[in-house]
Amino acid sequence: MAPATRTPAPDVARRMLRAIMRIRMIEERIKVLYAEQEMRCPTHFSIGQEAVAVGVCAHLTREEPITSAHRSHAHYLAKGGDLKAMLAELYGKATGCAAGKGGSMHLIDLAAGFLGAVPIVGSTIPIGVGAALASVLQGSPALSVIFFGDAATETGVFHESLNFAAVHKLPVVMVCENNLYSVLSPLSCRRPEGREIVQLAQGQGVWSRQGDGNDADVVYALAGEAIDHARAGRGPAFLELTTYRWLEHCGPLDDRHLGYRPPGEYEAWIARDPLTRYAARLRERGLVTEADLEAMAREIAAEIDDAVTYAKSSPFPTRDQLGAHLYAS
Amino acid sequence: MPREARTPAEAKGKVPVTARQLKFVQALNEALDLCMAKDPRVFVLGLGTPDAAAVFGSTKGLVDKYGPRRVLDMPVSENAMTGVAIGTALRGMRPVMTHMRLEFAMLTIDQIVNQAAKWHYMFGGQASVPLVIRMVVGRGWGQGPQHSQSLHAWFAHVPGLKVVMPATPYDAKGLLVSAIEDDNPVVFIEHRWLYNIHGPVPEGIYRVPLGRANVLRRGRHVTVAASSYMTLETVRAADELAGEGLELEIVDIRTLNPFDETPVVESVRKTGRLIVADTGCRSVGFAAEVVTRVVEQCLGDLKEPPVRITLPDLPTPTTRALSNYYYPLVRDITAAARRLVGRPPKPEPAIKPDDFLDAPDPTFTGPF
Repeated sequence: MAPATRTPAPDVARRMLRAIMRIRMIEERIKVLYAEQEMRCPTHFSIGQEAVAVGVCAHLTREEPITSAHRSHAHYLAKGGDLKAMLAELYGKATGCAAGKGGSMHLIDLAAGFLGAVPIVGSTIPIGVGAALASVLQGSPALSVIFFGDAATETGVFHESLNFAAVHKLPVVMVCENNLYSVLSPLSCRRPEGREIVQLAQGQGVWSRQGDGNDADVVYALAGEAIDHARAGRGPAFLELTTYRWLEHCGPLDDRHLGYRPPGEYEAWIARDPLTRYAARLRERGLVTEADLEAMAREIAAEIDDAVTYAKSSPFPTRDQLGAHLYAS
Repeated sequence: MPREARTPAEAKGKVPVTARQLKFVQALNEALDLCMAKDPRVFVLGLGTPDAAAVFGSTKGLVDKYGPRRVLDMPVSENAMTGVAIGTALRGMRPVMTHMRLEFAMLTIDQIVNQAAKWHYMFGGQASVPLVIRMVVGRGWGQGPQHSQSLHAWFAHVPGLKVVMPATPYDAKGLLVSAIEDDNPVVFIEHRWLYNIHGPVPEGIYRVPLGRANVLRRGRHVTVAASSYMTLETVRAADELAGEGLELEIVDIRTLNPFDETPVVESVRKTGRLIVADTGCRSVGFAAEVVTRVVEQCLGDLKEPPVRITLPDLPTPTTRALSNYYYPLVRDITAAARRLVGRPPKPEPAIKPDDFLDAPDPTFTGPF
């Protein structure tokens, strides 16, 4: 495979902008719908963190597997996961991507290479490494990408997985979205002062980079380097991409009244909004016009309208499905 | 093993009756070898699987035949490696993971219980985890509190897992083949004291179905539902009692989840008496589950209250001066059977603290 380019070509940049906008608009719609109390599952919003998912997934083939954790909507959508099936899943419908048995915390779309997301922090890291080992065992070129948050780097299984991936030089890219908080707990109570998360991976002898996760071009460039490294058989790559969660840990609400965010922090990150920033940059470069952006937004809104209608009008699973899927046969 | 150890299928001629005798551990080894030869998706991973000791011989010779990628040694990272195995299974492989002691798998409960067991259900049946996790239960030679636990009831409690405990070389091979070919996560629990037991094992691939108990011996007076090493102890008890005209009907449970209760219930309907002999601790254990199923279905057929023969609710002591009194013995099964049929107890010589009850046979010389 040709080396990943470091700067997105114009059409790639436009697609990335559209993908960020699409995730944002979907999440904003879910935020509104969630208040209707019909989506009855814990939901962790990706708003503010979209550029990481989009910048990384822009390099991947549809078939290549990725895994994610509790905050997975952006990864699922960026990888091409089916929107209708995702919304239906949030509504607990039979047409949901997990037939209603998973909910927001258990998204899957195998056709899009979305291997699965689960809310046990750190748990999908070894599973993603296993996907890379399977590629090696099968002689497949497929790369595996694992998305997780800063708190996952505090689990033992993260370190075990990193070590094993390094021992076998597995084709895997680990993407840490550092959004500064584990639920409400800041980094200051979870790691020693002055030590960066990226240093953990460096300490394991793994190729590692750190960068601005709110800049889609930076993410794209770093992911390109990481993916080239892993694809070339030089071993796993680790990215720490700093970003910020705008909403409460779980749920659709603004939680600034809780007071755990230092003064000015939220505002500073809003000023670095990955969507408005990227839209402004592409306008400056002449890659999109204001009219293009409006057209994009209209198209996306229509797509969301359709998907919401589909999800809401889909049937619930029938009672006989309770006992289905216990074992595969 | 005695002739009665043959499965009904073998007795009916569905599988070739064989004079070839293999040890339990050789039967496991042969199952792995044949499955790896047949299916390139099958691979083995676990600490020491390719090393000279080869997990007590169970993986012997495999690395020479199939190479270090398919007989994969690993860092002491049980939890991650279970996740890695799951990941390979989700991408089309059929991993067989091995723990030299069941306790080492305790580090992997998240991956086994939250991930492997749930994956098929929680994703609406779209993916499954064909993973076998072998765990060896230790006993004797001072294995102590952390090298001897038989926590099969924990795993059997988790929907989505299959839990298998073979007791004979024939079943060890046939059940392991079935486990490897199964599309679900299977916890395959092997008792260390069964490894040197000989029994008839046909050549080539054959399967013993998961989820089927086996009537190992017919008898009129007392039903004993047993599994793993306690099945062997029950066969010994039955041999002893046969000389006294007291017949045990032995139902070898073989698969704890899904549990095939029918042969146990049918047997109790006939005998009216039930002993459950289990390698686990007493309270909230698998023996309690067996008793419950019987009570639910044929309470009226029971002539006497059921008896559980289990470990006490205590950690395993290391010194034989205490472990001699910790493990149930053949005499506990024979005594219970005599009591259930109203026969007087047979005097037995007292167990002494320094008796060497901590080895299955004279060939077992430790250390583990």
